[in-house]
Amino acid sequence: MYGADVEQIAIELSEEPEKLADFEARIARGEKIEPGDWMPAEYRRQLIRMISQHAHSEVVGMLPEGAWITRAPSLRRKLILIAKVQDEAGHGQYLYHAAETLGATREEMLEALLSGKAKYSSIFNYHTTTWADNGAIGWLVDGAAILNQTMLARCSYGPYSRAMVRICMEENFHRKQGQEMIIRYSQGTPTQRAMVQDAITRWWWPTLMMFGPHDADSPNSGLLIRWGIKTRTNDQLRQEFVNQLAPDLQACGISIPDPDLRYDEASGNWLFGVIDWDEFWRVIKGDGPANAERMAARQQAHDDGRWVREALSAYAAKNQIQ
Amino acid sequence: MNAKQKAALAEYLIALADDELILGHRNSEWTGHAPILEEDIAFANLALDEIGHARLWYELAADLLGVDRARFPDQQVFFRPAADFRSLQLVELPKGDWAFSMLRQYLFDAFEQHRLTGLSESSHMPLAEIAVRVRNEELYHLRHTRAWVTRLGLGTEESQARMQAALNALCPYARGLGAALPGEADLPLGIVPESAALYAAWLDEVSAFLAEAGLKLPGETALAETERRAHSEHMAALIAEMQEVARLDPEAEW
Repeated sequence: MYGADVEQIAIELSEEPEKLADFEARIARGEKIEPGDWMPAEYRRQLIRMISQHAHSEVVGMLPEGAWITRAPSLRRKLILIAKVQDEAGHGQYLYHAAETLGATREEMLEALLSGKAKYSSIFNYHTTTWADNGAIGWLVDGAAILNQTMLARCSYGPYSRAMVRICMEENFHRKQGQEMIIRYSQGTPTQRAMVQDAITRWWWPTLMMFGPHDADSPNSGLLIRWGIKTRTNDQLRQEFVNQLAPDLQACGISIPDPDLRYDEASGNWLFGVIDWDEFWRVIKGDGPANAERMAARQQAHDDGRWVREALSAYAAKNQIQ
Repeated sequence: MNAKQKAALAEYLIALADDELILGHRNSEWTGHAPILEEDIAFANLALDEIGHARLWYELAADLLGVDRARFPDQQVFFRPAADFRSLQLVELPKGDWAFSMLRQYLFDAFEQHRLTGLSESSHMPLAEIAVRVRNEELYHLRHTRAWVTRLGLGTEESQARMQAALNALCPYARGLGAALPGEADLPLGIVPESAALYAAWLDEVSAFLAEAGLKLPGETALAETERRAHSEHMAALIAEMQEVARLDPEAEW
């Protein structure tokens, strides 16, 4: 379900050369591939992997911010935060539906999440330790997600592309509320300024890691680009993010925890230091600060909800019989 | 209304707002932890609505008291000691299992429909106008919770047992809905409905509906505390959590 090895893919792709050529020609013309259309098995697998991983990220992503709903410091912030976390549940729902159009079921996908077989964004394995982390998540994490999702909104698979268009619109609100919070607090009281600096210091590097490994270490990128699922590489998106955020954060008087960060006139890029890839792989492989907690929370909700789901099925079955 | 009556109505509205706020707080605890993803969405929506309604009532109370309606709600929510809240113990109780939260919401919503219908006929026009608006939103809550009560009541043996246990636990507290709200006795006729009369209509409705869902209201059990100045042991912790960040820096604009 989550990708095949290189030889297997080569065999599959050689089996139906005419259909493959036709499929690739459609992508080259910018047509969308729709659920009933022919597609290579690997295209389907890669999409199920990406879309379900994305859905899981939305669902697990409810937890770090959701933990602050009861503590939000004003009614306005509280209402915004509940609505934001609610949107994430909604995004999870559209994305599971998009993956279902490829033949995956929600039960299978959830099972893959809970068993640890499916991944979700590594960023959610970090703790939210103060209220200002919600601002950092909005501006940095959602800002990074939007870059990736804006690209995916143009992807070749119709249902994923359309889900992304809608999700990006809502994510823009999420980013704006985070940006507004960080800017306001950076001009606020000493307590607020310290809180914001601490939040950015902790979230900066994990956010850069969200774009994934360097292009050279990204095994799926070649095929994904060839089939129009991705149109830009991890490193390109990461650089664009740093170019956007570095000057904006500095304008707020916030220091970015990277002594090597500097503007390069020649390339027009903000050059940045070396990412701690050991940390990246450690978190991906399940040993981040909050991996165990996040999975325990999902498992608990799943287990506590079992009797409820059983009751719904039983009620539906009884009423069908009648 | 004279000044004394305005103060009484403000007191009444703050109690209503406190109920909505605290119930919304408990509902919001489900966000990210609901039994199905669709309910993460729906229950978050209930929380949003309840907290939004609380804000409307606090604002109206501010108008009656002649204070700043922009600041009053946050002052009430984030800087009032737990002992000064006037919420019912019914809404303070921890969220429990899905049966408990759903049934509490149903019992509360069903009562709200009666109260809001009464308030929508209030001779105090600003109150009547808000009551109409809130009632329309609450009607969706009631449809949602009724659908759930039926499904869980008639679902499996386990779901029915959990619902009946939740009902038994909630009933003594739900009876508190019928007690007069603070300020109610000091208001002239026609401003707010009489709580005791609402309670009788509510009891008839929920008894019949719960029976259709295979659930039975326990007989006259001991009445839990209905005095809104007396809180459950859960309230202090709830308020401390709610106010934790705001109180880090009371001078800050959060």
